[in-house]
Order: sequence, then C-alpha cells, then structure tokens
Amino acid sequence: MVDLQKVFYSGLALLAIALHGWGLASAGPAGLAFGGCATLVLGGALMCLWERSVVRSAFSLMATFTGCAGFFILLGADFVGMAQILIYVGGILALLLFGVMLSPPDMAERKLARVGGGLLVMGLGVAWVSAKVAASVKWAQLPADELPAPSTKAEDIGIAFIAPDQYVVPFELAAVLLTVALVAAVYIARRRISDFTAEPDQGGR
Amino acid sequence: MALGAYVAVSAALFALGLVTIAARRNILYVLFGIEMILNAANINFVAFNRFNGDGMDGRMFAIFVIILAAAEAAVALAIVLNVYHLFGSTKPSDADLLRE
Repeated sequence: MVDLQKVFYSGLALLAIALHGWGLASAGPAGLAFGGCATLVLGGALMCLWERSVVRSAFSLMATFTGCAGFFILLGADFVGMAQILIYVGGILALLLFGVMLSPPDMAERKLARVGGGLLVMGLGVAWVSAKVAASVKWAQLPADELPAPSTKAEDIGIAFIAPDQYVVPFELAAVLLTVALVAAVYIARRRISDFTAEPDQGGR
Repeated sequence: MALGAYVAVSAALFALGLVTIAARRNILYVLFGIEMILNAANINFVAFNRFNGDGMDGRMFAIFVIILAAAEAAVALAIVLNVYHLFGSTKPSDADLLRE
C-alpha cells in the first residue's frame, strides 16, 4: 500500500521545484521570488483541497493568502499586499478557524475519487480555456521589472478614497455594507433564549 | 515575470477553488473555495493594473474585493453555525429545509 500522503507531498515538492525553475528560467532572481509566491499560492490551495483535517486545510490557506500578498508586492501594489495580510491572514482566516473549531471533525468526508476526478476535469477544462486564450490574446511581453515603477503610493490611495470625483461613493457604500453585514452576522449567529431553556443537546452533536 | 505568468497562476488558483467547492462535502470547504476564487480574481485585477499603464483602478477594485470578502466571511460563518445548530451536520446537502 503506497502512502498517499507521502506521494502527495512529493508531488508538492516537485511542483515547488518546477515553479522555482520556471521563474528562474524566465526572469532570473526576480523570477525566483515569483516562483516562491506561486509555490505558496498553489501549494496552499492544493493542501487545502487534499488534507482530511479541516484545521490543516484552514491553516494551509494561510500560505495561499500570504503568497497572494507576495504577488501584490511583486506587482508594485504594496498597500494592497499589506491590506491582504492584515485582513485575510489576520482577520478572515481567524474567522474561518472559529468556524472550524465550532463544527465537528469528519475525517471520512474526503473521497479520493471525487478529489482526483475534480482535479482532472477542472485541469483539462482550465488547460483548454488557457490554450484558447493564450492563442487569441495579444499579451504584454514586457516583464514587470522592466516597466517603469508605479507612481501610486498609499497616500494616493487614501486620497482617491475620499476624493469626490473618484471613489468616495463606493467607499461609503462599503462602510455601510460592512456595518450591515457585521450586525446581521451577530444577529444570525446569536443564540435565542429558547435555546437555553430547551434541551441543551438539540443540535445532535 | 510577464503578465501571462500571473494570469496562469490565477487561473490555476481559480480552478483549485472550484474543485474545493465541488469535491469536498463540507460547508467550511465551500467557504475556503470561495476565498481562493476571490484571491484569484484579485491577482488578476492587480496584475492587469500593473501592466496597463499607470492607473490605480485595478488596485482599488482589489481593495473593495477584500472588503467584500471580509463581510462575506462574517455572514457565511454565522450561517454555517446556524446550519450546524439546526441540522446537526456540516454537509451542504443536508440543509434542505427552509422551515424549522
């Protein structure tokens, strides 16, 4: 019996080497950083899909989010990268972990056939669409580090948020939406008084 | 790296998110998959913004997507807790009643 876990992690290591090699071959040292971020993103997502334990999946998402932040910083969007780390890694992931801790573990839920079949079908589909897109779109050939450095600083983003002719309306709408969503989340998740007076184990744990 | 590399990684992340939603029978994995898909979209926004002149629209879009993702995660977590409380299960297919 082959140890599937070992096979999976060997494949993950191969993927990491391949991504680093791809980056190094196409852009030198800057490509190495790209390869590292791509490894974090794709490796984290694959681990999340693969692992039986929900806790491990949730923690592997941390790699995905951090890798995305690395991409944003590589692309010159420092502010978005920092916001990504603060909000995703610090906020959303903690929220998801709360959800994980409040629900029961179900180790038998992952079916190899379903995961493998899904990966196969989705891989073929994405490869086909990518081939079509790559053949029909005229891509920008210049690598990012040869473009002029982006002139937008965090200060410009802050000004754009409150400038009347730019993003002030979406900004205020986002503020209202966050307030409504968080109040609604508390309202939905609260326990009613009847829950405390009724059978304590009603949820069928 | 050129634009195509970023778009390729983003497409792969999107596919993995979709597989996670479809292949794992657990509400929490649906949330994980949605977060992956939102991140894939964000990579595209920022990458196209970088390679398309000196604007900042793509970056602003990415920030708004992150804000929406935070709101979505909070509400979705509340729904997950309620579904588990009402149905005693975290399988999406078990939550099939609107009345209590």
